[in-house]
Amino acid sequence: MTPPTPPLTQADIDREIEELHKAGDGQEANHPPRDFAPYRSSVLRHPKQPLIPVKDPEATELSGPVFGVTDVTALDADLTKQHLGEPLGERITVQGRVLDRSGRPVRGQLVEVWQANASGRYLHQRDDHPAPLDPNFTGVGRCLTDDEGRYAFTTIKPGAYPWRNHVNAWRPAHIHFSVFGTAFTQRLVTQMYFPNDPLFAYDPVLQSVTDERARQRLVGAYDHDLSVPEWSLGYRWDIVLDGPAATWMEEGR
Amino acid sequence: MNPTPSQTVGPFYGYALPFPGGGDVAAGGITVQGYVYDGAGDPVPDALLEFWQADPSGDLSGAPGTLRRDPVTGAVIGRHGLDFTGFGRVPTDADGRYALHTLMPGNGYISVCVFARGLLHHLYTRIYFGQDPFLDALPPHRRDTLVAVREREDVYRFDIHLQGEKETVFLDFG
Repeated sequence: MTPPTPPLTQADIDREIEELHKAGDGQEANHPPRDFAPYRSSVLRHPKQPLIPVKDPEATELSGPVFGVTDVTALDADLTKQHLGEPLGERITVQGRVLDRSGRPVRGQLVEVWQANASGRYLHQRDDHPAPLDPNFTGVGRCLTDDEGRYAFTTIKPGAYPWRNHVNAWRPAHIHFSVFGTAFTQRLVTQMYFPNDPLFAYDPVLQSVTDERARQRLVGAYDHDLSVPEWSLGYRWDIVLDGPAATWMEEGR
Repeated sequence: MNPTPSQTVGPFYGYALPFPGGGDVAAGGITVQGYVYDGAGDPVPDALLEFWQADPSGDLSGAPGTLRRDPVTGAVIGRHGLDFTGFGRVPTDADGRYALHTLMPGNGYISVCVFARGLLHHLYTRIYFGQDPFLDALPPHRRDTLVAVREREDVYRFDIHLQGEKETVFLDFG
């Protein structure tokens, strides 16, 4: 029999994160490496073979799914109005723009969000964190970007929650974002964090982005002008999509 | 501008992203089904696959209306049913299995985007249904990972191995 493995401590994880950050020092890395061992779930779930580059101008991936006004309803962007009562927690408004790498607005595209409630609990069968569910909060929203690439949500600030990656693993508060571009290659699923969260340094998911500047791009900014009097605090967060846009489609239509 | 970094989709997207009929892109065509496996050969029950493809004539224009919602209740009422949207989204089930019902793409392949808990940045692959010059350029032992196996009339098997001996070929579009 193999002796039991001692539980992973925060110190173990911190050491691993520090080593991996040091190894990448000075290199600009936008996306996290898929094999970031401090995030234990990544260990068996990343390819070990190099990805095969594709340079095919006719590729399916240079176009993308199309969404329209019937794919959303007016209530979808206000997560505080989807039930009979008011959800608990600090109401927030989150706004920003979806842009491509040239800074051009990504228009008419679906932005989907999901998040935990104010207590740090998801409305998901497998979330057994003993924090209360909120009968007035589901935590799912969607909208289409406007002509300037803008999106806007009204919601509540999600709570931190434990997640068993190691002893005392707590995720910083975050909102999950799923975004499309004009090309399938621009697809992005990411998370927006809240400024000055004391949990940042301890979280292997955020720290998987090894470049400090890139990590900062995941943190929304408090924006007093977006705060609504007597109602909500405002956060601004812009999203920049990677990958080639659908230039061949634009020429052909 | 520098891109926003990717983060994992997992583990609790299950109440947010999947939608009823997400794998039913079209009826009366083909079914593609299979499993997603991790590096230990275990099925991955918390993966999410997205599909994007041309229609049988090769047209990639798609059409809006995949996720149509009832304007009164907000509930998903599903696809338009008249236009081919070309987009599918399917979570793996508790067994790590998925199924996609669609039409044979006119240009020979379906593009796949793979999300999962533990996957910090999504992966792209392709499902091919026959010979293709792109496949010819791959080493023979890896080529087969991109080709759907015909199980019976109009039913194809396509497994995705995130890691391991049978690791699927994943693509980088630069």
